[in-house]
Amino acid sequence: MKEFIILGVVTFFSLVTYYLVEPYAHHVMHPHVDSKHFAYADLPALEKVGNAEDGANTFMAGGCIGCHNVESIGMMTGMDALASAQAFGGVNPPDLSNAGTIYDEKFLADLIRNPAHATMVEHKFSDVKPHPMPPFYGAGGDMDQEVADIVAYLKSIAKPAEEITPAMAYNNACGRCHSLKYEGWTQMGEKPNFKYKKDELRYDANVLEYQEGVTKYMGKLPPDLSMYYKSRGAHFIETFIEDPQTHLAGTAMPRVGVTADSAEKIVEHLADSADTKRVERESIAKNVMIYLLIFTIFAYLWKRQVWKELH
Amino acid sequence: MENNSRRGFMGKAFGAVAGVGAVGSLVAMKQTWDPLPSVKAAGFTNVDLTTVEANVLVVEKWRGKPIFILKKTPEMLAKQNDEQNARDIKVGEDSYLVCIGLCTHLGCIPAYASGEEKFKCACHGGEFDTSGIDILLPPPSPLPIPPFKIDGTTLVLGEEGEEYKKMKEAGVTV
Amino acid sequence: MAHFEKAKSIHDWLDQRLAIDKVNKVMQTEYWIPKNINFLWAMGMVLVITFMMLLVSGIFLLMYYQPNIATAFDSVNYTIMREVEFGWLWRHVHAVAASVVFLIIYIHMFTGIYYGSYKKGREMIWISGMLLFVAFSAEAFSGYMLPWGQMSYWAGMVITNLFSLGSLEMNGIVEWIRGDYVPAQAFLTRFFMLHVLLVPLAIMALIGIHFAALRIPHVNNQDGDEFDYDEESAKYLAGDTKGSKVIRFANDFLSKDLFVVAVYLIFFFYLVFWNYGFAMDPVNFDPADGLKTPAHIYPEWYFLWSYEILRPFSKDIGLMAFGFAQVIFVLLPFLDRSPNVAPANRRGPFAIWFWLMIVDLIALTAMGKLPPEGIFSTIGLYAAVTFIALWVALPFITMMEKKK
Repeated sequence: MKEFIILGVVTFFSLVTYYLVEPYAHHVMHPHVDSKHFAYADLPALEKVGNAEDGANTFMAGGCIGCHNVESIGMMTGMDALASAQAFGGVNPPDLSNAGTIYDEKFLADLIRNPAHATMVEHKFSDVKPHPMPPFYGAGGDMDQEVADIVAYLKSIAKPAEEITPAMAYNNACGRCHSLKYEGWTQMGEKPNFKYKKDELRYDANVLEYQEGVTKYMGKLPPDLSMYYKSRGAHFIETFIEDPQTHLAGTAMPRVGVTADSAEKIVEHLADSADTKRVERESIAKNVMIYLLIFTIFAYLWKRQVWKELH
Repeated sequence: MENNSRRGFMGKAFGAVAGVGAVGSLVAMKQTWDPLPSVKAAGFTNVDLTTVEANVLVVEKWRGKPIFILKKTPEMLAKQNDEQNARDIKVGEDSYLVCIGLCTHLGCIPAYASGEEKFKCACHGGEFDTSGIDILLPPPSPLPIPPFKIDGTTLVLGEEGEEYKKMKEAGVTV
Repeated sequence: MAHFEKAKSIHDWLDQRLAIDKVNKVMQTEYWIPKNINFLWAMGMVLVITFMMLLVSGIFLLMYYQPNIATAFDSVNYTIMREVEFGWLWRHVHAVAASVVFLIIYIHMFTGIYYGSYKKGREMIWISGMLLFVAFSAEAFSGYMLPWGQMSYWAGMVITNLFSLGSLEMNGIVEWIRGDYVPAQAFLTRFFMLHVLLVPLAIMALIGIHFAALRIPHVNNQDGDEFDYDEESAKYLAGDTKGSKVIRFANDFLSKDLFVVAVYLIFFFYLVFWNYGFAMDPVNFDPADGLKTPAHIYPEWYFLWSYEILRPFSKDIGLMAFGFAQVIFVLLPFLDRSPNVAPANRRGPFAIWFWLMIVDLIALTAMGKLPPEGIFSTIGLYAAVTFIALWVALPFITMMEKKK
């Protein structure tokens, strides 16, 4: 009985200390930010029902494919990532093949009209220094309808959510600014295997040049995210993607407007990078704990036998 | 017994000789830990002052340490007292703060709040004014001014120029 | 030369040459431990097991770790965590054990303080134990540098800066320790050497001294009873195992120890698999960057109380208070002026001193991590002053204590 009281006292002081230096201290140092479940409540809802066929025409006529690749329908600008980034303001414009699935429709609609507003970086741009993506001023008809049509078109050509892998979501939404070294990803895409050293050096030099452009555009080079799942945690990443300004007021990082499903995939991709062995860990954990339980039972039985003659 | 004490004396003498060897090797060990010549000679940093904007902090790297360069606005200069003026580095018409950007408390890098016009250290809450003078505990002294030389409109960090020597004599560099 | 006979068995052969029977008796079967003990007496064994786990996991980490500022971070987080089979397990075991070992050390220490196991001939046990604490602290700190993350770098910066000794501005010493103006390659390699060679050697030597210091005064017991070990062990050997006040180290004491170890291992591996975050700070998963201080810099939890003693004062007084905190526990056997060896709760005012000290240390620990603002710095200041006051008061409190 006495031993249990002692154990209770030791446990109590250990837990109080643990509570104060871990959950409590982290709660004080990092104020909690609630997720708004990717509702994008600040953006207006689409009032018109879009027509994908009309959208296709507006899309082509609106000049989108001047800067954006749409690989799934074979529309390519013919530029590589570096040339494209240098031509269009620092960051390679995303391929729009799956934009309709990866990004929220309200976000897409707002982005088409006013990119700086949708991405929440209006503090960075002005009439003198406009956002690199020109807004869509309409094709002459009802603008609400035209925007809704483009969004409907993007959705019609995109793969369904089930076919979007975590890597696809990350690469399109984050990977043009953030490298992911541990997954072999640079801002220019997956780093190929090179046979010759000079080819590799050439590629690396291009990446550096690309990074220089991004640095100029963002103020500093966006960090490599290989270990972000560990250093920031899933909740932080999710809420940061949803609205970077709540965590870091004035940050140059744009809101990227992904759907809740895509955000989950991005977090999963980052977990694959930083906590690769988490599934293995869980399964081994169970076996080790079962073994330790048996170990403890045998230790107890032995102790009881030895001490029978001592008490 | 006599024999034994003789042995005792030679034992002590031998011990003394061994001690000399031990001290000698300690000297070698101490010096092995010294910073290497290549580290010590870690070059000089040149900073072009013409591109520096007023009230925008420029951070340069010199011998692994961050160097703060802050061009003062006329409003700042108007408010300054003598102690602050003494720490200004004048290049042509302009006045600059040049200092090592490590908090004198425990070596963190204070951030510059351009609105409040002061440096704030995130580690232990210390603050410095635009002349690098400590205005809130715990830092015990102002941000130190590194050895510098002015070469036209270029600031050379690591070399002791005339201006630096004058400031050092006046005791404002620490 | 001794006379050797033809051996009757391998055991006999070994016994003639190494006296294994005698060694076994001295070290185990006739090494006498008091019977009146509780599970807190098993903390020594728990520490031995934890140290073994650190050693074994460390050996495997050492095979892949690269002490180079360009590759250290990736060798840990990519090579060991992603590529090496079970690399993650060694790392988790190493990190969790490094943190938990201090929890057990603190329990072990305060068990000693509570039962008065540091006086009347047991002073060297206490002093060698405190030296072990210092050696473990050095081991923990040097190990914390190795992943070369943001916390490694900035903890290295802040702690080595302490050696400039405040207003004495002895930057030469700091640069000498670092081998550079800032923590860089020379710094990482020398702390690597300290972590894998010099400090472990010191720890192993000190463990030997710590154990040897136990032989003559014997292990204390729950009531601080003094009794004749020869008499009690004779009773035991004569067959009165129930009436004797002593037990054999093996298997009597060992069987209880190993049961406690088993329970401890359940707790330990729960932390390794599910709750390892406390031992691997998130900030240290950002690679070291000498131009960007993390928003909050704090040491690992076991250093927080002494770190907090440094913080609330101006630089020089803070350093002096810090120095005081580092050495004062070593002096405990001489500051406690009472000759009584008994549980603290039976020692009058010392009981209050003991529990106040625990609460104060926990308060310091918590405030050491919380940002130094508002109410937290006030509490921190009071707790630091209380800590010093408690030690100043100790000789007087214990002098007043009645002799039993």
